[in-house]
Amino acid sequence: MAALSIRALSKRYANLEVLKGIDLDIESGEFTVLVGPSGCGKSTLLNIVAGLDRASDGKIEIGGRVVNDVPPKDRDIAMVFQSYALYPSMTVRQNITFGMECRHVAKAEQEKALANVAKLLQIEPLLGRKPSQLSGGQRQRVAMGRALVRDPLLFLFDEPLSNLDAKLRVEMRMEIKRLHQRIGATIIYVTHDQIEAMTMATRIAVMHRGVVQQFADPDTVYRYPANLFVARFMGSPPMNTMPARLEADAGGPVAVIGAGRPDEVRLRLQDYDAAASYVGREVVLGIRPECIAEGDRVFSGATGAPVIVTAPVELVEPTGAETIVLLRLGGEPAQARISPEIRPTPGGTASFALDTRRICLFDPETERLIA
Amino acid sequence: MRDRSFAPSRILIYLVVTLFAAAYLAPLVVVVLNSLRTNEEIAQGSMIGWPQHLAWGNYALAWSGFCIAETCAGIRPYMLNSALVTIPATIFSTLLGAVAGYAVSLWRFRGDNWIYGIVTLGLFLPQQMRLLPWTIVLRDIGLINTLWGLVLIHTIQGLSFTVLFCRNYYIAIPHELIRAARIDGAGFFRIFWRIILPLSAPILIVTVIWQFTHIWNEFLYGVTFTTGQQQPVTAALIALSAAVADIPQHGVQSAAVIIAALPTLLIYLFGGRYFVRGLTAGAVK
Repeated sequence: MAALSIRALSKRYANLEVLKGIDLDIESGEFTVLVGPSGCGKSTLLNIVAGLDRASDGKIEIGGRVVNDVPPKDRDIAMVFQSYALYPSMTVRQNITFGMECRHVAKAEQEKALANVAKLLQIEPLLGRKPSQLSGGQRQRVAMGRALVRDPLLFLFDEPLSNLDAKLRVEMRMEIKRLHQRIGATIIYVTHDQIEAMTMATRIAVMHRGVVQQFADPDTVYRYPANLFVARFMGSPPMNTMPARLEADAGGPVAVIGAGRPDEVRLRLQDYDAAASYVGREVVLGIRPECIAEGDRVFSGATGAPVIVTAPVELVEPTGAETIVLLRLGGEPAQARISPEIRPTPGGTASFALDTRRICLFDPETERLIA
Repeated sequence: MRDRSFAPSRILIYLVVTLFAAAYLAPLVVVVLNSLRTNEEIAQGSMIGWPQHLAWGNYALAWSGFCIAETCAGIRPYMLNSALVTIPATIFSTLLGAVAGYAVSLWRFRGDNWIYGIVTLGLFLPQQMRLLPWTIVLRDIGLINTLWGLVLIHTIQGLSFTVLFCRNYYIAIPHELIRAARIDGAGFFRIFWRIILPLSAPILIVTVIWQFTHIWNEFLYGVTFTTGQQQPVTAALIALSAAVADIPQHGVQSAAVIIAALPTLLIYLFGGRYFVRGLTAGAVK
């Protein structure tokens, strides 16, 4: 059953169109992440789903019921906010039971639900405290407890981890994912952090300028970004994109970076039939940094010898786990992820192995993925 | 480090501050001293002088014995009138101001800023300009020369201040609190009562002190809309000085003034530090 279905939804403020014809279908039990840069409309979309904001046009169904005119409290949803929004004057216990109190749930039932949630989130010792006496992580847990206790059709998370420090954020990320696996809830999660999107989602909706650019599982979004925006937004460091020329010889299509230059790079492409009509034309070539590695790397699953190029090295960034190298491919800047123990000299040249199986080609006009 | 307490600039500052304090406090000192002197003593000497022996009797007379406009009950009934006007008007204007401030700051609706602007515009209308409209209103609803008439005036006029204070305090409360409560199923008044009001102590103390002081000290409406037994103490004090025009009774008059000023002085003494703190208090963190 579709837990949430959004049809042709748009939102306008005066003459500013924030959401432009959004269509989304989210199945029950899915962990959907809405990700995009700030101002892309993702939080507005979430607020409209919650009923805190009204759509200008379109239809929203939760659990098969049209909810456009249903107030937030009757939508069978629960929400976790960026600032946690815990009620400052209430104890943790009161914070969690306030919603049930508003819905006139019997006292005994409230106690039972509270006990379950407190146990699940391990916040039993905190029940008597005020929010001001809690750490950031504890507040986060209580905010989730307040949502969980409702047992709703749909959980809405609005950038819930962005107020936490980096270490705690990673912990809570895992905890939310574990929670989803355990209770199988349907979650819509808004974030601007593409790592959160990649690690937690079962499906990602990448948003930009009020439009869903791509709605797919994380692997597809990463491997086959629908357009240049998605390619450059997802991944850290992002996908390298550079102009190239598509040629063909007896062996099939060849992408040429920096065509005509003495250091032009020719990359033979296999299984890129969809690009056939672009032969002889300019395209945008995308290659992930991890597909450019040190010269003696053997890419997993690769058949045949890798493509080896010698390229000038401009900058070396050791991160500990790997070394990020800024180099030039046919004159175009690109980043490579190589083994941590290898440190090429900036200003010199080094040889790099390229995994050409995972190259993406984009139409330079429409910016859409060709193949 | 140099001891700065003897720096010439310091001395100058203290000198100026002391001068100002003396200038402001001088009338109070004169009134307090006179309230403890007998009429004979004041008549023989000057208005300014140290009491030869403390005449506490002035206070008893001013409180319950002195004659004002043919009634010899002192200022006690008028103090009661003032209390009966000030306390309800303070409570009503503070509560209404809190609800209205909450509505315009945390529940955005069409025209909210206009409503806020119009309500606070009341701050800038001179009192005299409002006398005639109020006369018509009080006459039409039959509250001329009643304490409830004054309660109504002070409640409504006080809203300009209380809405301003409360709105500016509530505007710092995160909107997400309201959103969370709406999803939890709480409505306008439940959110106000359970979430906003418990956060409001600092600003409510400020508005209560402000309203109490202003309404208690208010004179123009009291003297315009009430007469005789219905007058608040500020208006009665004038009647008192009129009644004694032939034989000056400065001792009793001074005692009456001190008694009349006592409630607001006490409020300020006990609540003053909350007042200063509340006015400068920032957001609810």
